[in-house]
Amino acid sequence: MKHTTHISSPTLSTLATTSVSRRRFVTGAASAGALIGLSGSPLSWGIEKAPTAVEQQTLSGKHFDLDIGYQPVNFTGKSRIATAVNGSVPGPILRWREGDDITLRVRNHLAHDSSIHWHGMILPAEMDGVPGMSFAGIKPGEYFDYAFNVQQSGTYWYHSHSGFQEQTGVYGAIVIEPKGPDPVAYDRDYVVQLSDWSDEAPEAIYAKLKKRGDYYNFNERTAGDLWRDIKEKGLSQTWSDRSMWNQMRMSERDIADVTAYTYTYLMNGATPDQGWTGLFKRGEKIRLRFINSAAMTIFDVRIPGLKMTVVAADGQNVEPFTIDEFRIGVAETYDVIVEPSDDSAYCVFAQSIDRSGFTRGTLSANPALSAAIPNMDPAPVLSHRDMGMAMAGMSHGDQNMGSMAGMDHSQHAMGSMKEMDHSGHDRSNMKGMDHSQHGMAAMSMAMPAPLGKAGFGSNNEITHVKTEFGPQVDARADSPQSGLDDPGIGLRNHQQLYGRKVLRYSQLRNLHPTEDRREPSREIQLHLTGNMHRYMWSVNGIPFADAEPLALSFGERVRITLVNDSMMTHPIHLHGVWSELETGDPEYIPRKHTIMVQPGSKISYLVTADAMGRWAYHCHLLYHMPGMMREVRISHDGGAA
Amino acid sequence: MTKHRFTASILCMAANNISLAHEAADPLISMVSINQLEQRLNHDAQSNDRDISNWNAEVWLGKNLDKLWLKTEGEFVDGQREESELQVLYSRAIAPYWDLQTGWRGDFNPEQNQHWFAVGLQGLAPYFFEIDSALFFGKGGQTALRIDAEYELMFTQKLILSPELETTLYSRNAPKYEQGSGLAKIDAGLRLRYEIRREFAPYIGINWSKKYGNTADLSRADGGDIEALQWVAGIRAWF
Repeated sequence: MKHTTHISSPTLSTLATTSVSRRRFVTGAASAGALIGLSGSPLSWGIEKAPTAVEQQTLSGKHFDLDIGYQPVNFTGKSRIATAVNGSVPGPILRWREGDDITLRVRNHLAHDSSIHWHGMILPAEMDGVPGMSFAGIKPGEYFDYAFNVQQSGTYWYHSHSGFQEQTGVYGAIVIEPKGPDPVAYDRDYVVQLSDWSDEAPEAIYAKLKKRGDYYNFNERTAGDLWRDIKEKGLSQTWSDRSMWNQMRMSERDIADVTAYTYTYLMNGATPDQGWTGLFKRGEKIRLRFINSAAMTIFDVRIPGLKMTVVAADGQNVEPFTIDEFRIGVAETYDVIVEPSDDSAYCVFAQSIDRSGFTRGTLSANPALSAAIPNMDPAPVLSHRDMGMAMAGMSHGDQNMGSMAGMDHSQHAMGSMKEMDHSGHDRSNMKGMDHSQHGMAAMSMAMPAPLGKAGFGSNNEITHVKTEFGPQVDARADSPQSGLDDPGIGLRNHQQLYGRKVLRYSQLRNLHPTEDRREPSREIQLHLTGNMHRYMWSVNGIPFADAEPLALSFGERVRITLVNDSMMTHPIHLHGVWSELETGDPEYIPRKHTIMVQPGSKISYLVTADAMGRWAYHCHLLYHMPGMMREVRISHDGGAA
Repeated sequence: MTKHRFTASILCMAANNISLAHEAADPLISMVSINQLEQRLNHDAQSNDRDISNWNAEVWLGKNLDKLWLKTEGEFVDGQREESELQVLYSRAIAPYWDLQTGWRGDFNPEQNQHWFAVGLQGLAPYFFEIDSALFFGKGGQTALRIDAEYELMFTQKLILSPELETTLYSRNAPKYEQGSGLAKIDAGLRLRYEIRREFAPYIGINWSKKYGNTADLSRADGGDIEALQWVAGIRAWF
C-alpha cells in the first residue's frame, strides 16, 4: 500500500514509447516497477540494468520453460524475497490452445521442494502437480516435465502446491483459446489476477494464527459498539442479540483470518497505489478474465459505472447474465464483458471480504486518466444464519465441557432434536423455523430417503458424524440453508442499499447442455469443520493427516454435498474432475472447479468420476488447506488401495 | 520386484504426504506470554516505602491438542524474592475451548517450600471469560482450590480494560504455610493496556487483595498485612 509510486510512471512511459505490445505494457509495468524499487538491495543483481527483463510475460506456444526461483520484490516499501516463476509475481501468463499437446519444463531453483499445479485442468493425475498424491514433487535443483493435452478452453491459473509457496509468489494465469469459434465476442481481453502479498513469512502468519486466531482482526466489537447498540435497541435486545455469540465464544466480526493488517492486495502484481491499467477504445467489448490467486483473500469486485456480463465461470462458458458486483472466492475465475460507451476511466475495484483493504486498477480510454476510487463498503457482521442455525445455543460449542464426546448422537438426531429446537426457538425468538421438516428429517433417518434428482441438489438429512464432536470442532450447523441463492455475507443487501445486482451461484447456467444426464448413484455428505480458537481445520472433524481417502468408482456419478459447519466462507476445490453445481436446472448444470461454501450453509454438486488416479480435494484458503483436505481416489474397484 | 517398487513408492508417497499435510496442519509451536510484569505501589501510605514488583508468565510448547505448559508467578519485595510459584503441566485439549492440565506445582517461599500435585481446567468460558482453575493436592492432606477469571473489554481495537479475579480456598489449616481452611484469599485487578502491537502492551491499573477467615488470622498473628490496595504499572508481552 505504501509503495514507491515514482517508479511506475517513468516505467510506463518508457515502455509506452518503445514498441512493446500493449499486453506487455499493461501486465509488465507493475511488477517491473515493484522490482526496481530495490536497486539498493544486495540481491538486486541485474535489476538496475534491465528492469524490463523481470516484467510479467505472456508466453504462448506448445513448449514452456518455467523457472521457480527467489526474486527480490518490493510491494510495501520494504524489500522482500519472493518465490517467483520466471522472475515475476505473478508469473507469466500462459496462453494455450485447446487441443494442443503441450509440454512444460518446470525447474526448481529453490532450496525446498516445489511443484506447479494446473488449477482446473482436466489432465492425467500424474500431471496434476500435487506432491505426495500425483507425483513426488520437484526437488531443489531438479526439473519436472509436464506434458498433457489441453482439452478445454477458458481462463485458469497455476500455482505451487508445495508448502506455502503460493503465498510468496508461485502463481500465474492460464488463458486457453477455444479450438472452434469462441461463443464470446470481444475486441480485447485482459487478465485481472487478484492476489495478496505479505511481508511476513507465511509460516509466521500461520504460527500467529495458531497462537491467537484473531491476531489479524482489527474490527472486533468494542465498548462503543455496545453502548450504541444499547441506545438503539435497548439493553434486553442487545443482550439477546449478543448472547449466542457470547455463549459460543465466537465473534460475529470474524470474517477473514488474515487481513490487510499484513496483506497488500495486488491486481496483476500492482499495488493499489500503483494501480494496474488496461486501455480500451470507446465502444469496444472488453473481456476481463478475473482470477483470484490470493492465498487467503476472498474479493468482492465491481467496476462503478459499468455493468458486467458474466460469460464464463471457472473457465467454462455460461449463459451470459449481467451483474454489478460479484464475489470471487480464492481460486475461482470469472470472465466478464464490459462495454464502456465513453472515453472516461473506470475503476476496477476489488475489496476484501472483511473490508480491511482493497486493490484496484483502471480501465481507461486515455492512459493519462484515472478513475475515482470508491469507498469500501461497511464490514459485514455475521448473523445467526451464518452459524447454520435457526436457533440459539444448544448443541453448539461445549456447554458441558468434554462430555459431549460421549453423547449418543444418533439419539440426538432422532429423538431429542425436536425438543431442543423448541427450547432454542423460545429463547431466541427466531422466526421461520420449519418444525415439520425437522420431524420429517428425524423420521427419514430410519428409512433413507431416495436421492434428490440430478440438478436439484440434496434432500438428505444433515447428520453430524461422531468425529465431528471433540476439541477439534467448535460448531456444527444443524439447519444449514442452501448456499445457492446467497450472494454471501456482506453482499446480501447490496441490491436494496446500492442498487447493485450481485452474482449468485443460482444464476449460473451452462452455455452447453449437461453432458452426463445420469442420476447420482449415491451422495457423499462432507462437513467443513474447524476450531477457530485453536486454528484447526478439518473435514468431518478429521484432519487430512488422519483421513482415509475418499473412494470413487471409475465412471460413477456421485453427488457431493458440502455442509459448512464453520463461520468462514470456504472455497472448495476438487482436482481432476468437474464439480457440476446443482443450481436447480438439470439441463444446463454449470461446471466449476472451485465452489464457495457460505458459512452455515450447504451446497451440492455432481461429479462424474471419469479420471483415474489420486486427486486432491481441499479448501483453497492456504492456511486451512493442511487440515481441510482429502485425497479422492478414483479407481475401477471403487478406490480400494 | 514390482512389489518392491510398489512398496517403495507407497513409502515415498507417505513421506511426502507428511511433508504436505501433517506437519503443516499440526506444527510444533511454542509461545511465551508475559501476562504481568509490573511495579506495584501501595495505596496505603504506611507501607509506601516498600518496593514491590510482580510477575506472571506462561510458556507453552506443543501441538494442537497436546502441550507442555510452564506457569510461573511471584513477587519481589525490596529486591528480595518473597513468594513465587512454578507449575509444570501436561495439557490436553478435552473440548473446543477447554484444556485439562495435570502436573506439579512448587511454591518457593523464604521460609518453607511446598510441593503440590495439580489438576486444572483452563480455557474460555461462555461470555468470553478466560478461566484458569485448578485443584492442588499437597503433602499432609492439604488441598487448595484456585479459580482465576479474566475478561477483556475493548474500548478500541488496541485499548483494552481487563478485570481479573482470583480466589483461593484451602481444605484445612496449615499454619506453617499460613494457610487456613475455607476461603483464604481474593485478588482483584483492573488493568488498562494499550496494544502497541498485538504482542506488546504497556498497562496501568490497580490491584486489590485481601485474606479471609483462618488464613487472615494466621497472617495477622505473623504480623503480615491482610489487605492491600496497590497501583500497578507494567508490560504485557508475548512471542
